[in-house]
Amino acid sequence: MLNPDSVGRTFHSAKSFPVTASEIAAFAAVIGEEDLHVAPPTFSIRISLEQSHDLLSDPQVGLDWSRVVHGDQKFEIYRPIVAGDVLACSSTIENYKVLAGNEVVTVRSDLRTGDQLAVSTWSTLVVRA
Amino acid sequence: MISVGDEIAPRIFWIDRDLLKKYADASGDQNPIHQDEAFAKSVGLPDVIAHGMLTMALAGKFVSDWAGGPAAVKEFSARFVKPVIVPAGRKVDLTVGATVAEVDGANIRLNITATSEGVKVLGMTKALVVKS
Repeated sequence: MLNPDSVGRTFHSAKSFPVTASEIAAFAAVIGEEDLHVAPPTFSIRISLEQSHDLLSDPQVGLDWSRVVHGDQKFEIYRPIVAGDVLACSSTIENYKVLAGNEVVTVRSDLRTGDQLAVSTWSTLVVRA
Repeated sequence: MISVGDEIAPRIFWIDRDLLKKYADASGDQNPIHQDEAFAKSVGLPDVIAHGMLTMALAGKFVSDWAGGPAAVKEFSARFVKPVIVPAGRKVDLTVGATVAEVDGANIRLNITATSEGVKVLGMTKALVVKS
């Protein structure tokens, strides 16, 4: 079970995430996108889902990632990600509830380049009972 | 002239095991339920399933193609209601369509549908685009 004290806490990634043209090209190729000037709209999941995994699996937080399924996903894109961006990621556990024995957790991740917020993304994850 | 209620012609994307491997490598999501049939069945799934985020990425491609490119998408959300099941040696469809929900100048909100083999796989799927 998730430690209720972790709800509302924000975790700042220790590392930053440089975005390369080849990463954008590989992601775009999967969906058949030929416009490589900007990353596809869901590209930032590459970064945010790994962050969510790391923070929720932390023993202090205590979520059982092996039983996680993805419930909902939302992106707000203030400016598209482009090759050469070096993104910082901060993630906040915004909401937590238990529904019919299943834990439901919403994590918001903000991706910034310097002071500029590029993308906010919300992942709602369900831990099956 | 784009009006509320306009329907955007649906399009089929084909998903097979090779695409799941490519998406796993491109996204970093190497969860074995998307690649290893024995593992998927051991955790109670009917077969290998597609990454929900792959289905969302393909729906995003549908939206951005209509809007004028990937930079046009400002908001995009989806609920993963059923998995896309991907048996070995087969291609399964992801059929994506949309309806115009709101028009405010160039800002257009879309309600998006996505099915596979006739089953709704994404729910509550919405996008805000700036159409060029």
